[in-house]
Amino acid sequence: MDTSLLIIQTLNGLQLGLLLFLVASGLTLVFGILDFVNLAHASLYMLGAFICASLTYLVGNFFLAVLLALPLTAALGWAVERFIARPLYARDHLDHVLATFGLILVFDTAAHLIWGPEGIAVPLPPAFTGQIELSETLVIPTYRLVIIAAGLVAATGLYWMVTHTRLGMLIRAGASNRTMVAALGINIELLFGLVFALGAALAGLAGMLIAPITEASIGMGNQVIITAFVVIIVGGIGSMKGAFIAALLIGLIDTLGRSFLDDIFKLVMSPDAAENSAPALSAMLIYIIMACVLALKPQGLFPPKVR
Amino acid sequence: MKKLLTAACAASIVATGAHAESVKIGFVTTLTTGAAVIGTDMQNAVNLAVEHLDGKAGDLDIEVIFGDDQFAPEAGKQATDKLVKQDDVDFVAGYIWSHVLLASRKSVLDAGKFLISANAGPSQMAGKLCDPNFFSTSWQNDQTPMALGEVLNQQGVKSLYLMAPNYAAGKDMTAGVERAFNGEIAGKDLTKWGADAQLDFSAELAKAKASGADGLFVFYPGAAGGAFIKQYDQAGLKDTLPLYSVFTVDALSLPKLQEAGFEAVLGSQTTQEWDPTLDNAANKKFVTDFKAKFGTYPSYYAAQSYDSIMLIASAVAKVGNTEDKDAIRAALKAAEFDSVRGDFKFGTNNIPVQDFYLREVVADADGTWTTKVVSTVFEDHVDSFAAECSME
Repeated sequence: MDTSLLIIQTLNGLQLGLLLFLVASGLTLVFGILDFVNLAHASLYMLGAFICASLTYLVGNFFLAVLLALPLTAALGWAVERFIARPLYARDHLDHVLATFGLILVFDTAAHLIWGPEGIAVPLPPAFTGQIELSETLVIPTYRLVIIAAGLVAATGLYWMVTHTRLGMLIRAGASNRTMVAALGINIELLFGLVFALGAALAGLAGMLIAPITEASIGMGNQVIITAFVVIIVGGIGSMKGAFIAALLIGLIDTLGRSFLDDIFKLVMSPDAAENSAPALSAMLIYIIMACVLALKPQGLFPPKVR
Repeated sequence: MKKLLTAACAASIVATGAHAESVKIGFVTTLTTGAAVIGTDMQNAVNLAVEHLDGKAGDLDIEVIFGDDQFAPEAGKQATDKLVKQDDVDFVAGYIWSHVLLASRKSVLDAGKFLISANAGPSQMAGKLCDPNFFSTSWQNDQTPMALGEVLNQQGVKSLYLMAPNYAAGKDMTAGVERAFNGEIAGKDLTKWGADAQLDFSAELAKAKASGADGLFVFYPGAAGGAFIKQYDQAGLKDTLPLYSVFTVDALSLPKLQEAGFEAVLGSQTTQEWDPTLDNAANKKFVTDFKAKFGTYPSYYAAQSYDSIMLIASAVAKVGNTEDKDAIRAALKAAEFDSVRGDFKFGTNNIPVQDFYLREVVADADGTWTTKVVSTVFEDHVDSFAAECSME
């Protein structure tokens, strides 16, 4: 194992972790603050990618398309909150799961009808299709660095909003005691709508950013939502800091596991056995981590202080 | 009440009567999830085949019932069970995925029905699990990568890095190329597959590059293929780590790659048993009509599906009914139909004995990206598992 490969894989893990954070932060906001289990978060990730893909072909520039697609995805999230989630707040979690699982099927089929089954490849502006040479052996695709930068900017912005703005203060207050906030004359329904829309925009952003790497395709959110749930459980439900640290942790563990596990296994077993067991174990690795965290700290690594 | 009963009896007799004059074909493929792009292409080809036959196999009407495997073995087995038990079909055809076919085979064969694979070719079913009622209009999984391995030997490639999804076919594909390739294997990655397949290959591509191999072999069918090519392109590996692929660059991924302008794929080479440019009357008709009707080149999935319906129809037309299983079996084995790949014959294990071609991605006269045949790699190739099959 050489250092430059380790650095590249760490950057890859960081990129995966930041994408996971974008999805998980919205999930943890909605789950932690609105106490609503939203499986359809995965659909918003997918729809963000599809809307952005269509807009890319319409306006001819990926980054412009992202800027246009963000408010659209937020609006979609707002509509989901208004018409699907709001009537269900009083019900228990199982009803949330049933309704939002149904919503996944509806959105998947809608995407199938609108965009067809084949998915859409998203072209990048030429300046971002190349690679950046950090050193002779250290070459990384430019666009991967763009994702890392965008993820960090979004995370910082979110942190600043939650801790330093009036909206953030209301979000935190609403999470602690929604009746009291409503009694103080704050429009709690508007507030929850905004939180939901924000979560949708974050999930949509993650979908938009991954689209040029994979593509916009039906069901693309289903793989990421499970991992995002792992992230918020490990991080502590409702905790933004927990989601951030857990997302990076899971991203790095997954990437480094995929990269180096077979080499490590080869030290103690035959190459054939290592080749067969490494992919199986690396697929399980993040769940093993989750199980360990749950056993030692059932509330997650960074449970929110007030609940 | 009595009247009603009589009417019901009469109706059921009429219904059975109608059944005897039609041939029912169940066709299992993926119609939901991202992999539906393959299923739709196969469905189009099946419908085109039925149209070309005027809906008839001899005197019998052809009735096709599609089943959706949802890209998962358990759902595929369920769809198969429904076709076999509820719809009581005579033939079950289709199957993109090896793990789905392996999970479903028993349901079909135990019910005494015929099973025709239009794509999946797991090594087990060519060898130890071969069956007189199982036929393939595709290949055994290892054959196409073996042809590619042979091409690598001819081109003097010394070392190779392998990447494939972690399921039955992925293992067969890497085994196939390893069997034929004489050089050194620099490394191998099997990635997560299924409805939640891994589509971001950053870690694996970085490993492949660091391994210092002369070439990169991949097998990523369906949507994963497009995703892989893009990341390979973005990672700038074209000059340092040439790409050799099977079942990855095809008529399904090329239109999308062209639309998004991924030029790196032009000139890339792949092996296959069929190509839209193959020069025979059946293929010309198939490709021309498919393009006219659906606006794209047919994929090899489509070609194999078209052949599966033509094979079934030829056997039923020859026998004249669907009851005489022995006669149908013999007629299927004789394979007297006009295949889109020209001559068509089965080996002892009911896997086709056929030629494999080296193909290159080119732009056609209209500028559409497609493939053309460069050379013939194997002639009348028999798969490596035929010897393990105990059938005569």
